Amino acid sequence: MEINDLYRDVILDHNRRPRNFGALEPADASVEGFNPMCGDRLTVRLKMNDDKISDIRFEGQGCAISTASASLMTEAVKGRTRAEALRLFDRVHELLTDDAAPPADELGKLAALSGVREYPARVKCASLCWHTLASALRSSDPHVLPTVTTE
Amino acid sequence: MKNIALADRPVEFDVEAVRRRFPVLARMVHGRPLAYLDNGASAQRPASVIDAVDDYERRHHANIHRGVHTLSQEATALYEAARDRLVKFVNARSRHEIIFVRGTTEAINLVAQSYSRPVLEPGDEILITHLEHHANIVPWQMVCGQTGAKLVVAPMDARGEVHEDAVVALMSPRTRLFACAHVSNALGTVLPIRRLIAAAKARGITTLIDGAQAVPHMQVDVQELGCDFYAFSSHKMFGPTGVGVLYGREQLLESMPPWQGGGDMILAVTFAKTTYNALPYKFEAGTPNISGGIGLGAAVDFLLDLDRDAAERHEAALLHHATAVLTRIPELRIVGTARDKASLVSFAVAGVHPHDLGTILDEDGIAVRTGHHCAMPVMDFFKLPATARASFAFYNTFEEIDRLAAGVERARKIFA
Repeated sequence: MEINDLYRDVILDHNRRPRNFGALEPADASVEGFNPMCGDRLTVRLKMNDDKISDIRFEGQGCAISTASASLMTEAVKGRTRAEALRLFDRVHELLTDDAAPPADELGKLAALSGVREYPARVKCASLCWHTLASALRSSDPHVLPTVTTE
Repeated sequence: MKNIALADRPVEFDVEAVRRRFPVLARMVHGRPLAYLDNGASAQRPASVIDAVDDYERRHHANIHRGVHTLSQEATALYEAARDRLVKFVNARSRHEIIFVRGTTEAINLVAQSYSRPVLEPGDEILITHLEHHANIVPWQMVCGQTGAKLVVAPMDARGEVHEDAVVALMSPRTRLFACAHVSNALGTVLPIRRLIAAAKARGITTLIDGAQAVPHMQVDVQELGCDFYAFSSHKMFGPTGVGVLYGREQLLESMPPWQGGGDMILAVTFAKTTYNALPYKFEAGTPNISGGIGLGAAVDFLLDLDRDAAERHEAALLHHATAVLTRIPELRIVGTARDKASLVSFAVAGVHPHDLGTILDEDGIAVRTGHHCAMPVMDFFKLPATARASFAFYNTFEEIDRLAAGVERARKIFA
């Protein structure tokens, strides 16, 4: 396993210049994710238009994998419905944890995260933002949500 | 930090001979020789410790303090012999003062619950410092919550030093206990504990020292220090995990109620009344980590047999070298620059998150700790979410430190 397979150009690029980074006011949902193992923290904010994610932004601090994953996620789910975004979450989860899973076509650029599964200690870095998003989407009242943690 | 040139060293420390006694140091990780620079999290074990545990498991295992049969007597003798070695290791007055616990964390919880909780009144104070490990913060917060006492925190400065006058200024007539680290796990700072203990004693304040990071690096004499309690863990001093020691002054331990009830801590039980066992067993309820205790005894033998002055000089030279080579790396900031430091370097590299750095170094066979080091208030003070920490033992080499520096440079290139 080469380190370049983990830190692919797409990952490095999204770490250097995270997309959809910053505050989103007013937001329909705001959820904080926390990885107590490494101290990574991020906040995901959503605007919903009926069942569609009309806008999404994140902020916080984390490692390259966590930052790039969140940046890629915001690009991937913007304009999608709640169900589509949750389905994508399942595909990403498979990609990160299941060696046998071929990268699904619908993943697009998110397939760049496939190198992470060779580094079990780093899977949580990549999945933190997704768990945070899923928590916001699954809640009936996203304004009163607990902090999500990876533990 | 002591500035010791190689040529000045009175006795050359034979690091290769010491390394041969630690089997794991010969292994490869990702095709490279292991450079184990995570000793602050857990140190490796010499073959003598592994053999002592193995011999016990293969030949002598039985429960202790119970049977009249041969194996139980042998196991008891081995376990209690380990306690005798620990008496010597920290220069306790007697074996009554050495309580086996699960580790430093349990030792501090024991003191908080058994010594402090019964005597604390609302408005009383527990004094700690800003650089403590969570294990020397949370047990005191818990006992404060139970009693209405207040947790008072003495400051540190930008170097990560804790100054005597700043601590003494916070010692009040309500201070019941002062607890601090001997050596900071996150920064390496060696605290001026002799003077702090003396100041506390002069005011009638009980003292507890968290020695987890000190005992692997320096010789500790609890009578000379004059502290009331001193806590440390086996696995940071080359022994097995899951066992540690609370040293306590006998007079205080006698005055304290047992912490946990169960077997081994009793003399007689009826449903009306239980008569507690004598020290140290009063605090050792239940079957202990017997093999761990025996392994710890072997680790003490190893350390007592080592030329510790030479080992300390070697570690000081490692720290000096690491500080020098890491300082040369652009964008690298050493976090914790106390003048008196144990052999560890915490650092942050602009543009490279510690977690990514840890993964990249691991590819080179280099093990470092990355994260908040269970010292979140320290990270908050330096406004960092995490650092990378290289923590050395006497078996580390200058070459391993050069590899660390090269790995950091490689990570900088990847994220440039």
